[in-house]
Amino acid sequence: MKLPIDRRDIPLLATAAVLVAVYAFGALRYDNFASWAVARNLLVDNAFLGIAAVGATFVILSGGIDLSVGSVMAFTSILLAVLIEEVGLHPLAAIGIALAVGAFFGSVQGMMIRLFRLPPFLITLAGLFFMRGMAFVIHPQSVGVNHAFVATTLNHTLTLQLDLGRRGITIPVTVWILLATFLVAWFVLRHTRFGRTVYAIGDDAHAAALMGLPVARTTVRIYALSGFLSALAGVVFMLYKQSGDPAAARGLELDAIAAVVIGGTLLTGGIGSVVGTFLGVLILGLIQTLIVFQGNLSSWWTSIVAGTLVLLFLALQRALDALAGSALRTSESASP
Amino acid sequence: MKHLAGSILSTLASVRWALLAFALLLIFNMVFTPGFFDLQVRDGRLYGTPVDILNHGSKVAIVAVGMTLVIATAGVDLSVGALVAIAGAVAATLLADRGAPWYVAIASALIVATLFGLWNGALIAFLRLQPIVATLILMVAGRGVAQLITGGSITTYEDPRMTWFGNGSLFGLPVPVTLLALVALACAVATRRTPLGLFIESVGDNQPASRLAGVPDRAVRLCVYAFSGLCAGMAGIIECSYIKAADANNAGQLLELDAILAVVIGGTSLMGGRFLLVGSIVGALLMQTLTKTLYMQDVSSDIAPAPKAAVVILVCLLQSPVVRERLVRMRQSRREAP
Repeated sequence: MKLPIDRRDIPLLATAAVLVAVYAFGALRYDNFASWAVARNLLVDNAFLGIAAVGATFVILSGGIDLSVGSVMAFTSILLAVLIEEVGLHPLAAIGIALAVGAFFGSVQGMMIRLFRLPPFLITLAGLFFMRGMAFVIHPQSVGVNHAFVATTLNHTLTLQLDLGRRGITIPVTVWILLATFLVAWFVLRHTRFGRTVYAIGDDAHAAALMGLPVARTTVRIYALSGFLSALAGVVFMLYKQSGDPAAARGLELDAIAAVVIGGTLLTGGIGSVVGTFLGVLILGLIQTLIVFQGNLSSWWTSIVAGTLVLLFLALQRALDALAGSALRTSESASP
Repeated sequence: MKHLAGSILSTLASVRWALLAFALLLIFNMVFTPGFFDLQVRDGRLYGTPVDILNHGSKVAIVAVGMTLVIATAGVDLSVGALVAIAGAVAATLLADRGAPWYVAIASALIVATLFGLWNGALIAFLRLQPIVATLILMVAGRGVAQLITGGSITTYEDPRMTWFGNGSLFGLPVPVTLLALVALACAVATRRTPLGLFIESVGDNQPASRLAGVPDRAVRLCVYAFSGLCAGMAGIIECSYIKAADANNAGQLLELDAILAVVIGGTSLMGGRFLLVGSIVGALLMQTLTKTLYMQDVSSDIAPAPKAAVVILVCLLQSPVVRERLVRMRQSRREAP
């Protein structure tokens, strides 16, 4: 007997179902929940988390983990603020430098993981410490960015005005960066050699190497990409808050990993998609919105609900694995 | 006797990188930090920077001892920081809001922390989740649970018997040192005088093989995670005792990182199958000495993680299999050359 849907799609469908359920719950329970403004804020407030989660998706698909995401983001935001406000660089030049630094830091982590055969979580844990410290070395407090180019061109001119019925809504540039990142990441994972190598390494790094795939080079590139995307998340954070903050995004790496897991990507690597991650980010954001709408719940309920969701999705993955195992066994015994 | 001397020597040899770093750090302090080694005796108790390091280092070391056994089974426990917050929250809330006696508060905190440890173990042993992920759940949700217990505020209490654990003294040294000695001794006896240590190492080395050989691998995993929870609970009581309050947001913040790094610096392999309790304790004291040195050199607590991370990376690179092989090959070629 064959199921009408592929087993690999079940986690993704479950994620979509949870998203719809959470949204329906909010829409039925609270007035104004199902409005364009809420949907817009969902994207605006979670843009940097979404971009960081794309990087985490690549790393986790390859069977690794990157815990330095939040620190790199905070480092980038404060680096940008200082470069623009105190050094006097043009914002575009500063953004270029910041992205290059992020990619460089990521590739150094990748090289240490690859060349010295050290566990990814250990190296990136040290990376988390290192970048958080370096962020405070650059500037001990948050710095506001008042450069005209950031305020007008990036945050005003590039904002899309939508006229939807009674009230128009605006979509800022950060959301476009978020959507573009997801589109590019989807294309890269799906249709490029690099993307397929990421899946192959996550499935079985040894087998990938035996097939002649460039495992070492790809591993370094994956961590460089994660560093780059963390830095891009820092750029978006700077645009969103119009400031840089060395203390920002503590624990963002956990939210990013949670979004990836809720999105149906297997933490052992090899299976998953960036579409799921997008839905995962939306679910995390919706939970936060629900708690705000409820009004009498503290923000720490977010972490409890997020933890429970992660557990549920991991249990689902395990159950599917067990089901697949038994299906495999029955088909083997059935065949002559 | 000869056997004992040999085992001490081999232990020292396996923690040589950590000891070398420790020695360098102490020499640095001798030269550049005035008053680092000043000790005073007041009211039959020692005071001074080294005592301070021992006091706070003991808290990290207690967690590191529990972490060592977890890592020896090729696992990791990321939830210890959150468990410290939960244990502190339970103890302080019972004391302040319920008026419970101190021993009830401490026992409840330890039991709750152990139960959460068991929960981690159950997820890993029965649901077969990866340890990083299983304990990540509690790391994310645990701080929320601690906030739930304290009601979101910092709970303060006034019970001298409770504050004694962090601020009192025993045998002329702060109480946490004695607690660490007890935990380490109990752990050493349990793992070196009973088959438990062998079981832990075999599970870490090759779990399927050890199960086929009849090792109760699930029970072993449950035990090590429960023990790690218990150790975190003790650290939680010490921390809550230091500040005479439970701070669900900041208690045990980043403690999981300090503990893991202490274990790794101490020479325990993250791949599992081999562990060194002494190494972890040396590692914890090294981390604490490094932190204290940075503070005394006027490095702010915000910046301190960066140099700490650099030291950790250096020690890890020196211990990595690739570098070790290189060193062995270099030695061989030198021996063959003349």
